[in-house]
Amino acid sequence: MSRDAVLQKVRTALGRTPGEPIAEPPSVRLRIPSVDLETRIENMLRAVEALAGKTHRAASAEDARAYVGGVLGGRSAVASNAPFLRQCGIVDLPGVQSGFTDRLALRELCATADVGITSADYALSDTGSLVMLASPAEARLISLLPPVHIAVVPKERLLSGLDELFTILPRLAEQTSSMVLITGPSRTADIEQILVRGVHGPGEIHVVIL
Amino acid sequence: MSVAFDEKVHKTLADANLQLAIYKATGRLIDHRKHAVGGAALPDYQELRSQANALKRHTIDHLDHYLEQFEANVTAHGGQVVYCQDAAEVADFVLRLAKERGAHLIVKSKSMTTEEVDLNERLEHHHLESVETDLGEYILQLAHQRPYHIVAPALHLTRYDVGDLFARTLGVANETAPEKQTLIARGVLRQKFLAADMGISGANFLVADSGAIVLIENEGNARLTTSAPKIHIAVAGIEKLIPRAQDLATFLKLLGRSATGQSLTVYTSFLSGPRREGEIDGPEEFYVVLLDNGRTRLLADREKRQSLYCIRCGACLNHCPVYRKIGGHSFPWVYSGPIGAIITPQFKGIEHEPALPFASSLCGACAEVCPVKIDIPKVLLDLRAEEKRAEERTGRNRMERLAFRIWAWVMCHPRIYEMAAMVAAGMVPSENGHWLRRAPAALKLPPVQAWLSQRDLPPAPAKSFRELWRRR
Repeated sequence: MSRDAVLQKVRTALGRTPGEPIAEPPSVRLRIPSVDLETRIENMLRAVEALAGKTHRAASAEDARAYVGGVLGGRSAVASNAPFLRQCGIVDLPGVQSGFTDRLALRELCATADVGITSADYALSDTGSLVMLASPAEARLISLLPPVHIAVVPKERLLSGLDELFTILPRLAEQTSSMVLITGPSRTADIEQILVRGVHGPGEIHVVIL
Repeated sequence: MSVAFDEKVHKTLADANLQLAIYKATGRLIDHRKHAVGGAALPDYQELRSQANALKRHTIDHLDHYLEQFEANVTAHGGQVVYCQDAAEVADFVLRLAKERGAHLIVKSKSMTTEEVDLNERLEHHHLESVETDLGEYILQLAHQRPYHIVAPALHLTRYDVGDLFARTLGVANETAPEKQTLIARGVLRQKFLAADMGISGANFLVADSGAIVLIENEGNARLTTSAPKIHIAVAGIEKLIPRAQDLATFLKLLGRSATGQSLTVYTSFLSGPRREGEIDGPEEFYVVLLDNGRTRLLADREKRQSLYCIRCGACLNHCPVYRKIGGHSFPWVYSGPIGAIITPQFKGIEHEPALPFASSLCGACAEVCPVKIDIPKVLLDLRAEEKRAEERTGRNRMERLAFRIWAWVMCHPRIYEMAAMVAAGMVPSENGHWLRRAPAALKLPPVQAWLSQRDLPPAPAKSFRELWRRR
């Protein structure tokens, strides 16, 4: 078995025996800056815009719904099962389909829909990132296959940054099989270092903070 | 220096367009990094480097422990870890699984580790279709070339090259605008993603306490590769481990910034096993291939072991005056630049390309920008010493060793040195005060000619330092 062969080679190279205790690892380095909510909101909007993302600070659920409706402009959309989208009435907008639990049906719809609408579990305000954990409420493909992604996020979910995220989710892998941080629209610079947006993921991203 | 290496270097140096392309691309990446780590952009940059180095040192020094912990956690989440000793074992595993599951079409996201084991070629040999989906890698696959740079794989090709290539291989109109070319690739690859039976990715990090792999990318192809097909296989070197998910707060801040100057790349995926109960999409099967392929050979050396700390950001390539002249394809293996110069001979054995550790000016730029503080010049020197000891054992380069022995003897005898210096100064014409570009008539010996073919010699001074010192 290659397993034993590789582990044996590693131990021989390191001069260790099976099960030998290890030295204490360097302590975890997490520094959470204190940033008030208003500043976090401002940082988030600024960071998303710097990445060519579009932003909207909604005054109310009605306002958020109106903004999303405006972006859709009658186009077809698939919305995630996030309760927050339902609360804002976004799933009831014309052209929006939601409530999928079947993998294949969802995939088929995502492959043809013009817009994907999600919420986000958290957002990192210093980098302008959306934090999406796969769950019954959030599928992976809604923020990935359609060419436009709209995320509607309650302001309480805005964190200062990575350090805070990993502080509040120390056992992340127990919670989900997939977490993705989304920082701006999909992009490439593989041809002559010329920036092109919208390669495999959405080229247009809207972040609505409520 | 081997003939092949020498030829490729000269070809690259003679190609003015290629020189400009390398210089511009690496220059831009240097700028981006500088703005992302400098001053207020990341005030604790140096502390983060020290932390990253300490974490990697600890993990590599206890690698067996972290491998087993990682394996246990992947298994607990319903995934499977597969250890492979070499390229053939990786291909065998993928082929066996593909056969058992009736898989024919494989989508791949960018992975240097799979390049290292020529996975595409091995799979295609067995009539599986394996498609690269990163735009740069897709272009290279169509052109049958290997990556030119760790993070900018197609930096040597122009948009006109890409236009011709797409027209020739895909039968589309010859488009020269990168926007249009990207759309063409998106269209072709989207169909592949939706039809694929299997997705193969690399891994930027393996997180021991979570049994998770971490992937960073900008295009979304790695997300699609790991979300759309029913089977996901991640292929990673055993050195990619880090102890805890919380250590990502350190590594993620360094990797994107060092590579492309991004505080975070567009997508950072943290994947721990197949889709869980209740989750709507994601793969049903999840495998992590842990590859040795020469890494344990390197692990045995306490000093050089640090070569395994590398997180493949590519900053050392961009900042290397040698890489910036000779480019990526001059290097004998998939890893180029300073990091390639230290890991290639160690993974494959020093005899594979003995000249590699010598192809460096030891300027130290690579060590200065390395986010995990690998002392690359030190490792290069160790490898040089190793190669010289091997030459001694095998009796190669007798003349060179004799010359250096004479040199050492002369340097230890001041009078003889002085006489030798006078003779030498007499042979070098100095009256016109110009630098010497080729060997003078009296010194037309092959080693002197070879030395001067790459370097110029300053004119000999009228009086030697020793003379001036005496008359002071």
